[in-house]
Amino acid sequence: MKMTGTVIKYGDNVDTDVIIPARYLNTSDQKELASHCMEDLDKTFASRVKEGDILVAGWNFGCGSSREHAPIAIKASGISLVIAKSFARIFYRNSINIGLAIVESPEAADAIAEGDVITADLDNGVLHNETTGQDHKIESFPAFIQTIIENGGLVGSIKNGSIA
Amino acid sequence: MGMTMTQKILAAHAGLDKVEAGQLVLVDLDLVLGNDITSPVAIKAFEKMGKKQVFDKEKVTMVMDHFAPNKDIKAAQQCMMCRDFCGAQEITNFFDVGQMGIEHALLPEKGLVVSGDAVIGADSHTCTYGALGAFSTGVGSTDMACGMAIGKAWFKVPSALKFELKGKLRPYISGKDVILHIIGKIGVDGALYRSMEFVGEGLASLSMADRLCMANMAIEAGAKNGIFAVDEITKAYVKEHSDREPVVYEADADAVYEKTYVIDLSEIKHTVAFPHLPENTHTTDEIDDIPIQQVVIGSCTNGRLEDLKAAAEIMQGKKVAKGVRCIVIPATQRIYLEAMEQGCLKTFIECGAVVSTPTCGPCLGGHMGILAEGERAVATTNRNFVGRMGHTESEIYLASPEVAAASAIAGRIAAPEEVLK
Repeated sequence: MKMTGTVIKYGDNVDTDVIIPARYLNTSDQKELASHCMEDLDKTFASRVKEGDILVAGWNFGCGSSREHAPIAIKASGISLVIAKSFARIFYRNSINIGLAIVESPEAADAIAEGDVITADLDNGVLHNETTGQDHKIESFPAFIQTIIENGGLVGSIKNGSIA
Repeated sequence: MGMTMTQKILAAHAGLDKVEAGQLVLVDLDLVLGNDITSPVAIKAFEKMGKKQVFDKEKVTMVMDHFAPNKDIKAAQQCMMCRDFCGAQEITNFFDVGQMGIEHALLPEKGLVVSGDAVIGADSHTCTYGALGAFSTGVGSTDMACGMAIGKAWFKVPSALKFELKGKLRPYISGKDVILHIIGKIGVDGALYRSMEFVGEGLASLSMADRLCMANMAIEAGAKNGIFAVDEITKAYVKEHSDREPVVYEADADAVYEKTYVIDLSEIKHTVAFPHLPENTHTTDEIDDIPIQQVVIGSCTNGRLEDLKAAAEIMQGKKVAKGVRCIVIPATQRIYLEAMEQGCLKTFIECGAVVSTPTCGPCLGGHMGILAEGERAVATTNRNFVGRMGHTESEIYLASPEVAAASAIAGRIAAPEEVLK
C-alpha cells in the first residue's frame, strides 16, 4: 500500500470524544460523521481536509470511548493514513478492522511537521518526507494482522472464511 | 515462565496450554455485548459478513442505555434497529427501557458474567467485569460483529502491571479514590496495551462496588483490561447473582509483571481528576474553592446501590446549594427500586436533587444534564475530556459519590468531612 498526502498535525491524547463528539452518535452515516470529524478539537478540520491527507499525532491517539465512529469519521474525511507516537488500543484494533491505515512511530511523529507532504510505502516500511527529504523506517504488522488487512478488514476476513 | 490471571483466561479460551505476552490468539467468547450506539454499526457489519444467525443467541446481549429512553428521532431509530435485530435473531438478553440499566452495572447484576469468562463489549468500559475475575475488554463495532458471527475475537496477549493492595480504606474513601489515585500516578497511557491485575490483602476491604468501579476505569489508564483476584467476596457476589459456576484463575507464582505497584489503601485521600484528563488528579485537601453548577451521581462507574447510599448518607437532611443542579441516576431498575426502598431517593428529592431513570445520559454528553459554556460539574463518571458533557468550554471534575454529594451541598468541590461537621 502506498499513499501521498499533506500532513495535518495534532498533539497527545487526542480522544475519540473530540474526534467525533457523542452528540453526533445518533447516526452511523459515514458522510455525516465526517462532517463533524475533529470538531471539538479543531473546527477547521472538516472544511480543510483533502482526500489523501495524512493525520499525524502524539501519544495515545484515539483514547477513550470505543466508538468505531471515530476511525470511520477519519477515514470518510479522506484521511489516507494516521501516524502517531502511540495509539490507544481500541482505536488501534478498530482501524485495522475497518481498514484505516495506521503507523506507530514516535520518531516520525516527532519529525514530521504540519503541512509536510509525506509518501508512505507501507509494503516496504518507509515514510518519505517530500518536504524535508527525510526518510523514516517503520515496522510492518505481524502476519496475523497483515492477513486481516489483506482480506479487507475483519468483515472481509469473516466473509471469505480466513477467520472462522 | 508463568502466566498472569489474564493470560491464563486467554489461554484457556484459545484452547492453548500456554500463551505469552505479544502472542496473537483467537479466543472463544462467553459473551458479546453492544449498546444502542455501537450495535447499529455492528449489525450493519454483521450483515456484510454473510452470516444469517448469531453464533449463540444466549451469548449476545444488547442494552439500550446510552441515548435511551430515546433522546431524539435518530436515537429512536437506532434503538429500533437493535430491537428489530434482536427480535429476528431471538436474542434472549435484549434489554430495552423498563428492563435496561447501564450495561456495566446491569450485566453483573443479571449474572451474565462470572469469574473466568472471556467477554467483549462494543463499549470501552466493558473492562468493568474484571472485578469478577473475568477477562473483559472493550472493542469496536466490527469486533462485536465478528463476535456475534463466530463467537471469537482476536487479541494480542497483554503483558501486565501488578497492583498489590494493602491496608484498609478510611471512612468516606472509596474505590473511585483508589483508581483516580492510580491513574494520577501512572497516567492515561500508563497501562497502554497491558493488563492491570489487582491482588493483595487490601482486597478484603473493597466491596464489589469498589472493585467494579476500579476495573471500570482501567481503560482510563489505557489498559486492555483490569482484573481482580477472586476471593470470598467475589464468590458470594457471583453465587447471589448467577446460576453459572465461576472458574477461578490465579496468577502463577512466577508470572511476569512489567512492574509492581504497592498501594496502601489507608493512605488514599479524596481524589478528584481536574479537566481535561483523568490523570490530572488532586486531593481535596490541596485545592482552592472551585464553585460548581452541576453534580452528576451515577454512571457505569458509580451508579450502584452502595454509591447511592454513600451519597444519601452525606446529603441526609441537607439542601443542595443554591445555583447547583444535582442529578442522581441509579444505574439499573433494581438499584432504583432498592434505593427507593432504603430511603435514598427520598433523601435526594428532599435535598433538592433530581432522580432520573437509568441512562448513560450526561456522562457522554448525550442528554439529561448537558453543560453550557463555562459551567463546571463534579461527576462520578469516568471521563473529563474536552466537551465530554456538553460545551467545549465546560469543565468536568471526576470524583467519588462521597465527594460529589458533599460538593452538591457546599456548592464547590468539597470533602464529605467539610459538610458533615
